[in-house]
Formats: sequence, structure tokens, C-alpha cells
Amino acid sequence: MITVEMLTKSFGPKLAVDNISFSVERGEVLGFLGPNGAGKSTSMRMITGFLTPTSGKVFVCGFDVVDQPLKSRGRIGYLPENAPMYSDMTVGGFLNFCAELRGLSGSPKREAIDRAVQRCFLQPVLSQSVDTLSKGYRHRTCLAQALVHDPEVLILDEPTDGLDPNQKHEIRSLIREMGRDKAIIFSTHILEEVEAACTRAIIIDRGKIVANSTPAELKTRAPQAGTIVVGLRGVTWGVFQSHFSTLRALEKSELMWESDSKMMARLQPKGDLLPELLALAQSKNWQIEHLNVDEGRLDDVFRSITLPDTDRTSEK
Amino acid sequence: MKAIWTIAKRELSSYFSSPVAYVFIVIFLLLTGFFTFMVGRFFERGSADLLAFFVWHPWLYLFLVPAVGMRLWSEELRLGTMELLLTMPVTTWQAILGKFLASWLFLLIALLLTFPMVATVAYLGHPDIGRILSGYGGSFLLAGAFLAITCMTSSITRNQVISFILSVVICLFLILCSWPPVTDFVVSWAPAWIVDALAGIGVMTHFEGFQRGVIDSRDLLFFLSVIVFFLFTTSVILRARRA
Repeated sequence: MITVEMLTKSFGPKLAVDNISFSVERGEVLGFLGPNGAGKSTSMRMITGFLTPTSGKVFVCGFDVVDQPLKSRGRIGYLPENAPMYSDMTVGGFLNFCAELRGLSGSPKREAIDRAVQRCFLQPVLSQSVDTLSKGYRHRTCLAQALVHDPEVLILDEPTDGLDPNQKHEIRSLIREMGRDKAIIFSTHILEEVEAACTRAIIIDRGKIVANSTPAELKTRAPQAGTIVVGLRGVTWGVFQSHFSTLRALEKSELMWESDSKMMARLQPKGDLLPELLALAQSKNWQIEHLNVDEGRLDDVFRSITLPDTDRTSEK
Repeated sequence: MKAIWTIAKRELSSYFSSPVAYVFIVIFLLLTGFFTFMVGRFFERGSADLLAFFVWHPWLYLFLVPAVGMRLWSEELRLGTMELLLTMPVTTWQAILGKFLASWLFLLIALLLTFPMVATVAYLGHPDIGRILSGYGGSFLLAGAFLAITCMTSSITRNQVISFILSVVICLFLILCSWPPVTDFVVSWAPAWIVDALAGIGVMTHFEGFQRGVIDSRDLLFFLSVIVFFLFTTSVILRARRA
């Protein structure tokens, strides 16, 4: 549904997006991750046809966004960053305007607006001026605008930015639900959101794609993924260490904390460590109070593959 | 066509949803009245025409038209709604035309509300209706030309004040280069072709014919080409912003 081929955008000497390629199919929700200024918004603006690429191609539903702009734009619903809206309009008036620009009229238009209003829970503010809306309603109004023509492709630039946890949850479940029959790209820098809503994630840094995978696979790339955290009663760190010879699959160990008769440690395996550990604990009669295999955190992956934000200029 | 109308409708209703429209119309009517009766000495002239009315229009439009048009694109840039508007399935031209036509229509409404002037001369004497209509036509075209200039300046900046000032400067230039006191001064030292060129691009010479009831196709073409030229420039600027 969305195909991006060797897309590049430079603003003068500055390369904002550097030769990225990916595609999104129907039923996929693609999370677009990256530090501020990495080129997320610029990429999305090129996909929606707002910015013209320096080189490379974007196809939406088979239509080139540069050569057949009206056909491709008609199939996209777009929520720009910061949810811009005409401040002198009411929510209803704004949605009506957008629906008309999308070529809807008469009763299909009214039904489309009703559907979008229901989906985004906008009934209470329908006749309120856009200017007086809270941030949550603002975002949802702009989201309703993107949904009003029931597009096949949705491009959402930081849809949950500035929302409270409940609202974030609502938007996320909305995205997940819509993702079943649409192709969705949404950008965020909240990593838990990617796990909650995405089927796939792309991490972009300094204009380049540095990772393109499922959230679960990405997590295994975390430095701590696969390590075993074990809490034992009836043994001290020193005693525990003295039995390390029986743990042949142990690569590295690290003490997390220790008290008189208890300790907790993180063990890095190089093979099947868990059975050995359990056998050791049983034979010595140590009580296992805590045991889990760390599945890795997206945060750590993110930090380890994107460069620290030092000499980077801001996105705008 | 439908997209143009949708955009124009929104633009026009945004004028009337704030006090701006009403303030503008009241000021426009007060000023036309003041200049016509007080400065133009309408009654002392004792002539059943609207020359004393139309002659002030370029000077009024010099400030009022940029005031109406300065927000056209500046506001879109400031609010970020341009990104929304131009990713809709509409062309840049449709958006430019829709916005321009809405403001032009608004100026037409203000202009038509000066109808008591027509009623006054018709009551006092027997005016030449054709001449009055041609005067109104010329005035409307002049407003359109200034509005196209403002449309262009507003696409340059997100700051409405800058957009206003730039537009006033350009409009002032177009007025002055065919305003008799200036042309008389230029004649004294410049070669004839400069004088002709200045008079050719000045709005005063082209507006004059309409006031006298003469609709010259060259004058008509002049105003239309100014409008088309500046709207085209607007589209070039908007395209450059997105490149």
C-alpha cells in the first residue's frame, strides 16, 4: 500500500532524510521511531505529498505521490504534527470543511462525519470553537479529520503527543483496531506505544533507517535481553560465587544487591543456564524468591542504536 | 471547481465569524463618505457623477486591501494548516484561487454597500448610470489587483504585519508611478521611454478610464494580468516552500 524507494531529502547542505526504503502493507501498523530531528516528520511529509523529495519515489496504493498527487492524497488520511486547525472554526464546521474537500457531499458526507465523530468521541465538543479545545480534544478532532473519508492509508505524526495516559490508551487502541484493514504509519518517541500498537517498527536516526523489525525481535537486541535475574534466600554472594564452577553456561555475573541471608544477581548465559541454576539451588537448599528472564527493553535498544543527541540541530 | 468553492466558503465565513469583517466594512464606508463629501467637496462640485467618490479608491485600497488580504497565507503558515490544506486532494491553484476569490468577494460586498452614494446622485440629478457602473467595475478590478499583490506577500511570511507592509509598499509604487505629481517630476529629467513604462505599469492611468466611463480593453487586460501574474507568483512561492 505504501512503498518508499530510496527517498532522500536535503534542505540546502543538510541531509534530512538519507536514502530510505521500506514498504507497508494493508493490516500493518508501522511505528516510526527516532530521536528528535532524525527525519521522521520530513519523511511523513514526503509520503503525504506536502514536501517534494530531493530524489527517490513514494507510491501510495500504486500512485506516485509526485506525479499523481490528487489520486494518492485522496487515499491518505494525515494527522500533521501538533494537530493544526483553523482556529476560527467549530469542530463540526472543521470536519464538514475537510469532508467537503475530500469530495463528500449530501448524506454520505453527514454519515462520514458522524462516524468519525463517534470513533474519536467528539460529540461533547461538536459545536465548540477549535480555539477553546483541550489538547486531547484538539488531537482527536484532527484525527477525526484524517479518518473522515475512511482512507486506506493513515499517516499520523505523533498522534499521542501531549495527551494524558487515558487518552493515549484510547488513541492506541483506536490505531490498533484500524490497523486491521488499513496501512498505518505513526511516529512517536514513546517506546511503550510501539509495543502496544505496532506490528512493525522502524528506527530512524540522522536520516537513515537503523532498524526495521517487529517490536519483539527488536527487544532481543537489547544488551540485557536473555539475562537471568535471580533472587536467592539462604545464601550470600560470596558463597554463591564459590559454586560458579557448576554453572558451566555462565558467561558473566553481576550482583544487584545483597543482605545478610539474601541476594539478587543478574546472570548472563552463554548456553542453557536456567536448568543448571535450578539444580544448583535445589541441591544447596537455597530458596528462589525471584526468577525472571529479561526479555529486553526497547528503551535500551533505542539508546544503543541511535546516537546521543549532542550536536544535532532541532527538527524545525 | 467544487474544491475552490469549498475553500472560498470557509475563507469567507472566517471573515464574518470575527469582528474583522464588520470593522473593515464600517471603516471603509466611513472613509469613502469622509473623502467624498469633506475632502472631495461632492456638493460644491454640483455635478451629478461619482468622480469625487471613485478618485479616492486607490488611496483607500492602498491600506484597506492589504489589511483584508494579509492573513490569507500568513495565517496558514503560522497555524500550520497549510500542511493540512495542501495534503488534501486539491491542487495548489485551487487553494490559491479559492482564497483569492473569497477575499475579492468580501471586498465586492464592502464596495456594493456604498450604494447610498449612487442613490444620492440619482436623487440630486440625472447621473450617467453606465459611467457609474464602469467606475464600480474599475474599482473592483483595482481592488483585485491589490489583493493579488497582498496574496503574494502573505505567502512570503508567517508574519501578517510584514505581509501588510510589503503589500502596501508594492501597491504604493503602482499608484505613484502614474500619479500626476510624480510623473510630472519624472518627466523633467528622465527619458520618454521611462515615463511611458512607468505610466504603463501604474494603476492610476488604467483606473482613470473606468472613472470616466471608458472601458478600454487595454485597461481591462492590465488589471487581469496583474492579478494573474501575482497569483502565479504566489504559486511559485508556495511551491518553493515545499521543495
